[in-house]
Amino acid sequence: MNDLYNNAVGHWVIVTIAIALLLFTVLTATAYTVWFERVALGRIQRRPGPNRVGPFGLMQLAADGVKLAFKESFIPAKTDKVVYVVAPAIAVAAAFLSWAVIPIGLWYDVQYWIADLNIGILLIFAFSSLNVYAIVLGGYSSNNKYSLLGGLRSAAQLISYEMALGLALVPTFMIVGSLRLQDIVEYTVTWGPYHGPLPLIILTPVGFVIYLMAAVAETNRAPFDLPEAEQELIGGFLTEYSGLKFVMYYLAEYVNMITVSALAALLFFGGWYLWIVPPVLAFLGKVVLFLFLYIWLRGTFPRLRYDMLMRLGWKVLLPLAIANVVVTGIVLVALQG
Amino acid sequence: MADEETKQDQPDNPTPLRRPGEGVPPPPQGERPGVVSDVVALGAGLKTTLQEFFRPVVTTMYPEDKTPRSERYRGRHYLRRYDNGLERCIGCELCAAACPVGCILVVAAENTDEKRVSPGERYAKTYEINMLRCIFCGYCEDACPVQAIVLGPEYELSDTSREKFIYTKERLLEPLPPDVQARLNDKASGTGTTPPHADPPHRAGR
Repeated sequence: MNDLYNNAVGHWVIVTIAIALLLFTVLTATAYTVWFERVALGRIQRRPGPNRVGPFGLMQLAADGVKLAFKESFIPAKTDKVVYVVAPAIAVAAAFLSWAVIPIGLWYDVQYWIADLNIGILLIFAFSSLNVYAIVLGGYSSNNKYSLLGGLRSAAQLISYEMALGLALVPTFMIVGSLRLQDIVEYTVTWGPYHGPLPLIILTPVGFVIYLMAAVAETNRAPFDLPEAEQELIGGFLTEYSGLKFVMYYLAEYVNMITVSALAALLFFGGWYLWIVPPVLAFLGKVVLFLFLYIWLRGTFPRLRYDMLMRLGWKVLLPLAIANVVVTGIVLVALQG
Repeated sequence: MADEETKQDQPDNPTPLRRPGEGVPPPPQGERPGVVSDVVALGAGLKTTLQEFFRPVVTTMYPEDKTPRSERYRGRHYLRRYDNGLERCIGCELCAAACPVGCILVVAAENTDEKRVSPGERYAKTYEINMLRCIFCGYCEDACPVQAIVLGPEYELSDTSREKFIYTKERLLEPLPPDVQARLNDKASGTGTTPPHADPPHRAGR
């Protein structure tokens, strides 16, 4: 295996297979996240959700996918055609690229990753910022006032929440001293008799709360789904999209949702460590728990008004995140000095 | 001129929400809810939805389970026969005349001794109801002098082509569902379990 990996051609063969496997896994996970969301939302509203296609409606996504794939690939008149077609592709590409550096814990010292970067989390932020371009360009190129408004909202919203999201994680990096996700998960402390991996939520609870809120806004999920806002903006940037191009945006949204859930598990809840639970199950369980949290939020809270959203981002989360960084810095210096 | 007219149309004093000089209502008294109570309120909302999540679903799985239907529900039509097998319909076309939307077509023919279809002089050679037009008012049932046409309980009448919605005599002569038969027996004997007010007012005289 090592010989094959060190061989130039063999290296690329292995990486390609690994990417294909990961794509398959994430796509499957996305499909069942959609199913999970529809069932969970249904139960919150005391209806069963999809239950016709396959056992428990598990094949519903296949049916929906086939239906959408066979729809006419329609491009409205007077759109900026190139941008209109490329924008959803940016969305889906950016969403999947994040998974290149996310380690999936299989066992205690066995992880599945495509690239082991020492700036992994930074790369994820870079890719998740690309999502804004997809939405803004899609809204701009559609030649529709609702799409344009949705795109503008998305630009303002994502800029304001990206700051809080990034700053919320800075204390984590300060404590761990690394941007590599594997290092953050493996962060160990020796504290009296305790020596072992430490879920970082204990050290940065404020950062976790800010991350949780900002991540909802970052993925355009309810109650911060203002770019879409089907009641007021007909669907925002999605208004003119249908068929496979719509699927790409839809897919990107759910992949992003899984990404932020996985990040929450990795950064704050010790990734694949959970007492004696097998690491794969522990990691999966934590991700599912966060996915449920997002669905639960969507099923509970109404959409925020636009100015309330901006106020929360700029006047509450951002100062709180900065204060969190400063306080963590003072405490760290005091402990070391 | 036009402006004056529209001015006159409007009432002089359209009951204002706030009268002139009344001023802005004072802000709500007491403590403004703080951050803590806001967060508690959010938690209360989450608790409510989580409770709903674990309660049983209320959906009726329609094609498999059906909600109970009222006894007085009137759906598709049936043509009745006498016990000896003869058709009740005598081809008088009163149902077609009573029909507000004209969805019934009756073509009558003479009964002969060789071919006797109904006990009367004539019978319905053709009897068609266009179910796409029918409004299920039940006037045909009212108008019929021999109680040949009745409305049954079926409401699942969807089909795949317009032609299939023209119900022919063969389809309408299907045997009655038992509950409709019971209703008609009640009506005939007059000692039915159906309370008097169950009949619409326009039937009261009969």
